[in-house]
Amino acid sequence: MHEDAVEPVAPAAHTLPPSSEPERTPIHALHLLHGARMVPFAGYDMPLQYPAGLLKEHLHTRSAAGLFDVSHMGQIALRAEDPAAVASALETLIPADILGLKPGRQRYGLLTDVDGGILDDLMIAHLGDRFVLVVNAARKAADAAHLRAHLPESIRIEMLPRALIALQGPKAEAVLAPLAPDLATMRFMDVREMAVGGVPALVTRSGYTGEDGFEISLPADSAAFVAETLLAHPEVMPVGLGARDSLRLEAGLCLHGSDIDPGTSPIEAGLTWAVSPARRQVGARAGGFPGAARILREIADGPARLRVGLRPEGRMPVRAGAPLFADLDEAEPIGAVTSGGFGPSVEAPVAMGYLPTALSEPGRQVFAEVRGRRLPLAVTRLPFVPAGFKRG
Amino acid sequence: MLRFTEEHEWLKLEGDIATVGITTHAAEQLGDLVFIELPKVGAALKKGEGAAVVESVKAASDVYAPVSGEVTEVNPAVVDDPTIVGGDPQGAGWLYRIRLADPGALDSLMDEAAYAAFAK
Repeated sequence: MHEDAVEPVAPAAHTLPPSSEPERTPIHALHLLHGARMVPFAGYDMPLQYPAGLLKEHLHTRSAAGLFDVSHMGQIALRAEDPAAVASALETLIPADILGLKPGRQRYGLLTDVDGGILDDLMIAHLGDRFVLVVNAARKAADAAHLRAHLPESIRIEMLPRALIALQGPKAEAVLAPLAPDLATMRFMDVREMAVGGVPALVTRSGYTGEDGFEISLPADSAAFVAETLLAHPEVMPVGLGARDSLRLEAGLCLHGSDIDPGTSPIEAGLTWAVSPARRQVGARAGGFPGAARILREIADGPARLRVGLRPEGRMPVRAGAPLFADLDEAEPIGAVTSGGFGPSVEAPVAMGYLPTALSEPGRQVFAEVRGRRLPLAVTRLPFVPAGFKRG
Repeated sequence: MLRFTEEHEWLKLEGDIATVGITTHAAEQLGDLVFIELPKVGAALKKGEGAAVVESVKAASDVYAPVSGEVTEVNPAVVDDPTIVGGDPQGAGWLYRIRLADPGALDSLMDEAAYAAFAK
């Protein structure tokens, strides 16, 4: 037996050299207690899956509620005398409308570089007196350095040593309601400070699964108590990184380091919606972020290539790295798969990748090369499963 | 006679034909299988070359030919339902049968006790 495929949840670029001891999240012991198989990921010893297995964990999240430890992600607080100064400064690094973000709301954003590439994707929450960013684990040190280098000295930047757990799925609200009655009134992308089971928490109604759900930031020393309280609920199952990856892939969500990176622009990645109208060519605060020239040009003229959904026609999964071809015998690839695997809810293989814009319309057939054979795939709209967000 | 390889395959020899599958240990490591590709009946396999592919949600894994020989039969049930391998890897989840080119090829492989110690 030999694993020859790229591991979608642990791309090599995210893994520290084996010599360095992986870090532990504040609820590491809980994973061991629940029988998790642990793997190194982004410098942390993380649960890949629990005894129920990836398929059950995935399907349970879609039908009930799954509990995820995402404490490896970076939580960064930004403060200044005037919160608008923080918003204004962040707008020089992120092509989103952050001045227009109301207290109690959260927005998805991208840190771009001067070439219009994506340094990281992140969540930006406005807490009234401060902003809190949630950034990718493998990028948190680089992001913090980037912020320090480019934001004015008057803005205080603090990496929060807190735990972050996510409860995702259609039963998440009902499970949390007895512990935090206020949370039922939150809408998708709301953020609120509240007690959860008596523990002071920062709660957002968002996630990385395509389901309704919450991310709960907790003091490190009380996180295990809250997590165990949630796991004691019959509707809740612990879910590892394996199902986290298959859930986000079905939801059409990008993984930084695989689907997006400094070599891809927001427009190529199909994340034009993350470039707020206020920051576009005819917007109130057009441009003024790294890579604006390229990004605004691509909005106007269209990008050369686009991220698309791909549905392999047979049962064989097509994985990250597989080259894509226009037909069965063309020698030159036209693109590549960036994420791929089996979609447990779709009950079929699913993938995402980049294709020339002219060849990216839904319904077009392309071919992926897997183990020397070319397999037909259909270009498909994303997501593969409808989102269950509570928008109303 | 049951024999095991360091690549976590098992072989059961009957006459000059060996049934080949992946071990319980391997199945546990792989997790839920979603796709299996088997060799063609009649294919001549060389020891060490890829004979089958088993895929979990996460990753594809090659199953190398543990011995040289000709494929005489494959298990269509596991192609239709790959979860059979996870449920009974050393029984109903067998992958294919091979006629040994060298009848003594299994002599150098591990027995059950040796494999149990190896897979620890």
